[in-house]
Amino acid sequence: MGDGFETLDPLMVAERWMDEGRDVAIATVMETWGSAPRPTGSHLVIDGEGNFHGSVSGGCVEGAVITEALDAIVSGEPKMLEFGVADETAWRVGLSCGGRIRVYVEPLG
Amino acid sequence: MDPILLRRLNAERRARRAVIHVTELEGGRDRIVREGDTVAGPLGSAIDAAFLSGKSGLVEAEGRHFFLNVHLPPARIVVIGAVHISQALAVVAKVSGYDLSVIDPRTAFATEERFAGVDLVADWPEDVLKVRPLDRYTALVAVTHDPKIDDFPLRQALESGCFYVGALGSRKTHARRMERLLAAGVPQAMLERISAPIGLDIGAASPAEIAVAIMAEIIQAFRRRNLRAEERP
Repeated sequence: MGDGFETLDPLMVAERWMDEGRDVAIATVMETWGSAPRPTGSHLVIDGEGNFHGSVSGGCVEGAVITEALDAIVSGEPKMLEFGVADETAWRVGLSCGGRIRVYVEPLG
Repeated sequence: MDPILLRRLNAERRARRAVIHVTELEGGRDRIVREGDTVAGPLGSAIDAAFLSGKSGLVEAEGRHFFLNVHLPPARIVVIGAVHISQALAVVAKVSGYDLSVIDPRTAFATEERFAGVDLVADWPEDVLKVRPLDRYTALVAVTHDPKIDDFPLRQALESGCFYVGALGSRKTHARRMERLLAAGVPQAMLERISAPIGLDIGAASPAEIAVAIMAEIIQAFRRRNLRAEERP
């Protein structure tokens, strides 16, 4: 494995954060339709302070996912989120690429 | 995800073993399945298919929904020969996101000075590959022109199912190589997997250009292999 694997891989970062005693949530792209920016299986990991690493989109919905992740850390419950095209009436945040994604957010532990 | 499971998952990935992280959406229970583990029923079939395709996704089995996150080892390149082309290939591979190692028993070639920051082993491939075996997620590039050094790892690469096997040398050199390996008992069909002349035909002339041509061919072999796998039923 290259140097980047340990330092940049989101699940490796999640393990390191866990070892440092930080609360961690893991967000995973579980389904995509259309031109979604990140493939299925992509991870964004979030700690209890809102620090994050990785991505589930091109930066379009990460803010919302982080907010949900902080809730999941507090509640201890996983949650499925769905994001579509940016549309003021239907979505608070959205993907400008026209795709749709489902993101699973779960606390570690 | 369970913290112990995350540790196990990362340990498997560090060891270059193919694993799938299976999450049941109803209730969020999860587990890890290693390549070769037996899982019964329709979920087992879906897991087998996912290992082949390398594609993560949602599956339904017996009325339950599962997410299969497939973790295949990242592709890496093993270069036999610490030559000028290998110096350039080490740079190109790094920016392309592929791990790379160089093996060459000739200590005049395999020096720290020529390969600063590169994983370099100055020993015979026979000895090195014993402790660092090739696998299906490895590309083997043989560039010494010397049968004493190149032939053994080429044969190992073919037998290990490396996704790319390339050998440097003129058509004449390669024809002689094919004859030798055939005489040594390597089947003809297997030998035809060797890419020679090495690299995509982009008219590469300098060592750096040849390195780019080799890298492009490796990327093609890796990505096309995955595409073909996705088409499997």
